[in-house]
Amino acid sequence: MEEVKNILLCGVGGQGTILASKILANALVDAGFDVKMSEIHGMSQRGGSVFTQVRYGKKVYSPIIGQGSADILVSFEAMEALRYVSNLAKDGHIVVNDYRIQTATTASGKEGYPENIMETLKKKANTYVLDAAAIATKVGTAKSMNVVLLGALAKLMKLEDLNWDAAIAACVKPQFIDINREAFKAGMNAVS
Amino acid sequence: MKQLLTGNEAVARGAWEAGVLYASGYPGTPSTEILENLIKYSGVYSEWAPNEKVALESVIGASFAGARSLAAMKHVGLNVAADPLFTLSYTGVNGGLVIISADDPGLHSSQDEQDNRHYARSARVAMLEPSDSQEAKDFMKTAFALSEKYDMPILYRMTTRVCHSKSIVDISEGRTEMPLIPYEKKDKFNPIPEISKKLHSKVERNIKALEEYSNSTELNYIEWGSKKTGIIAAGAAFQYAKEVFGDNASYLKLGFTYPLPMEKIKGFAKEVDELIVVEELDPVMEIEIKAAGIKCTGKDKIPREGELNPDILREALLSTKHQTIDVSDIQTAKRPPVLCAGCPHRGFFQELGKLKDIITVSDIGCYGLAPKDIAICMGGGFSVAHGAQKVFSLSESSKRCVGIMGDSTFFHSGMTSMLEAVYNNSSVLLVVLDNRITGMTGHQQNPGSGFNLKEEPTNLTNIEEVAKALGVKHIRVINPLDLKEVHETLQWGLSFTDPALIITRYPCALKKYSTADKSEFGVLQSICRVDAEKCIGCKACVKTGCPAILFDSTTKKASIDTTQCTGCTVCAQVCPKNAIIKEER
Repeated sequence: MEEVKNILLCGVGGQGTILASKILANALVDAGFDVKMSEIHGMSQRGGSVFTQVRYGKKVYSPIIGQGSADILVSFEAMEALRYVSNLAKDGHIVVNDYRIQTATTASGKEGYPENIMETLKKKANTYVLDAAAIATKVGTAKSMNVVLLGALAKLMKLEDLNWDAAIAACVKPQFIDINREAFKAGMNAVS
Repeated sequence: MKQLLTGNEAVARGAWEAGVLYASGYPGTPSTEILENLIKYSGVYSEWAPNEKVALESVIGASFAGARSLAAMKHVGLNVAADPLFTLSYTGVNGGLVIISADDPGLHSSQDEQDNRHYARSARVAMLEPSDSQEAKDFMKTAFALSEKYDMPILYRMTTRVCHSKSIVDISEGRTEMPLIPYEKKDKFNPIPEISKKLHSKVERNIKALEEYSNSTELNYIEWGSKKTGIIAAGAAFQYAKEVFGDNASYLKLGFTYPLPMEKIKGFAKEVDELIVVEELDPVMEIEIKAAGIKCTGKDKIPREGELNPDILREALLSTKHQTIDVSDIQTAKRPPVLCAGCPHRGFFQELGKLKDIITVSDIGCYGLAPKDIAICMGGGFSVAHGAQKVFSLSESSKRCVGIMGDSTFFHSGMTSMLEAVYNNSSVLLVVLDNRITGMTGHQQNPGSGFNLKEEPTNLTNIEEVAKALGVKHIRVINPLDLKEVHETLQWGLSFTDPALIITRYPCALKKYSTADKSEFGVLQSICRVDAEKCIGCKACVKTGCPAILFDSTTKKASIDTTQCTGCTVCAQVCPKNAIIKEER
């Protein structure tokens, strides 16, 4: 594939965006793509807004995705999807987890948490709203909601044929491999 | 074999392959994972030092004793290590010596975005700059070989985007064991003025010789594309330039960036219609290239502030932009990093915030996320507060200064900061927030934690004993989660006219407890719950800033997220209606 594809995963520190992007990058490397992935460590671990950028194709230069360039935006938290919409290409997809995490300013009432997020997103781009926590709970544990979202991403990016079983096995503890594989499948099915 | 590695993982791998025997550093984003990865390899001694200066000094000792040696630190850390660096430039090395400076353009996790490429020029040392993980690994071998050949420490400059981005690295090569270079007593290790004059001449000769190397090395190569535009770039900036221009430009890609390959640059400039220097932060290369009489552009178009990215370059150099979705109608709330649920610092700041006429002088750590008035640099909390307190006291102002640091920053450079306050005697209140670990950078051991980088038990230094030895007369150690105790101790500490010290001692909420922690602090097994009947919606608990506390604006009731709550009870203690109950988890 000549063209470089761009994926943006965002959420709140502690939601497992990094594990999901690790599985994704592993599967892409295994499939023979050149891959670059960028994330920022440090302060963002303390409950701040986090995002990981994954780029893949025949040859990738910049590890960073610019404005209007992401083919897909996967948001682990509702409002975070709004924050990164400007990175999405005009014909890009949004996968958004129907899950809200208050911020220090919205909890204390200094700022309002935005209303009607899903409606706004749908007006902006092709949006898939997932209740990833419910889907993950159904297959085992709410904790694997990050992998549910990854499954949806794989489907929409037409990456179903990658060796996801191996990528999951390489990134999670042995006792959680099966449950994560189930979560991944459930995520794929949720957007088909 | 190919693997996806961060720049930090790759550089650790490269150092191991190059036969490094000794490594030291102090944690700091974005450099921390270098030593955390190096410790995983056998055959290398790696350690956390109390600060960057002593880290580099120990690395110098190791090099003189004959080992290939590595120091790793963030950009501001090199300021701390600058004193030995400048003399090391004169003495030169025995075993190869490489210093990694991880700069942070864009200030993702720093107090400034200084450009450490200046250090290569002012300390007169050679510099390499990798632009991805493969280069981060490969350049290490070259760096050590150059260090030994040219009798010079090598500055290895990385940036956040190179340190923390993952790209594919070929890791099929193994380690080359490097035998120790025998130690011999030499004049150069003893730089008294008479010797140093000669050493300075040697440095200038070696820099001259390295100019030739710079012109001939494959680390500085040309990629021909359209000759309308010629781009000179290094590090992450090269990747951004390639992204934006592709084949529509020619590139002189620099990996060895000091001294610059001026002959190669001249030759390249002749071949292209327009020469652009694409560099992040300061116009370091641009100024030297212009001084050599070569016409080029750069900072007249590309911003000097912040991290570069392809968008910025596209707009600055091509005046084009990607089309974006219209987001003018979208509003989001800020989501800044906050003190974690159960953070022991929360209790202390809850009480400190109630006091009037207090100037809070902090330094660098998680507690910088709490309200503060002043912060300058690591270890600066006490001395900055002391100076301010002296002026307030002299001018008969009622303001009181509270100097704050963490356990790790106290050992880093806070001990001399404390001595300044004691020796010159002001009424500053000193506070060490001892959470038993280096928190902000992700839990590195320090001299007060009882463990070393390898997680082996080691000598433990006790903060109150250090303070006593430094001459602090009033010292109390308290539990910061007991608000009454914090309140009373603050009153006590502010009652003196000479420096008093409060040590708040409680492990970081995210810390994996050691056996000693468990016996000293027990294990938090409880959670807090809001009794909705009793809750009056006053938001006293919300105002503690704990991210586990939620507030429903329709029912006007607080609630607690049990997955985050550690049962620290700060919220329960501030609740005026005793509506928050502690329960077994």
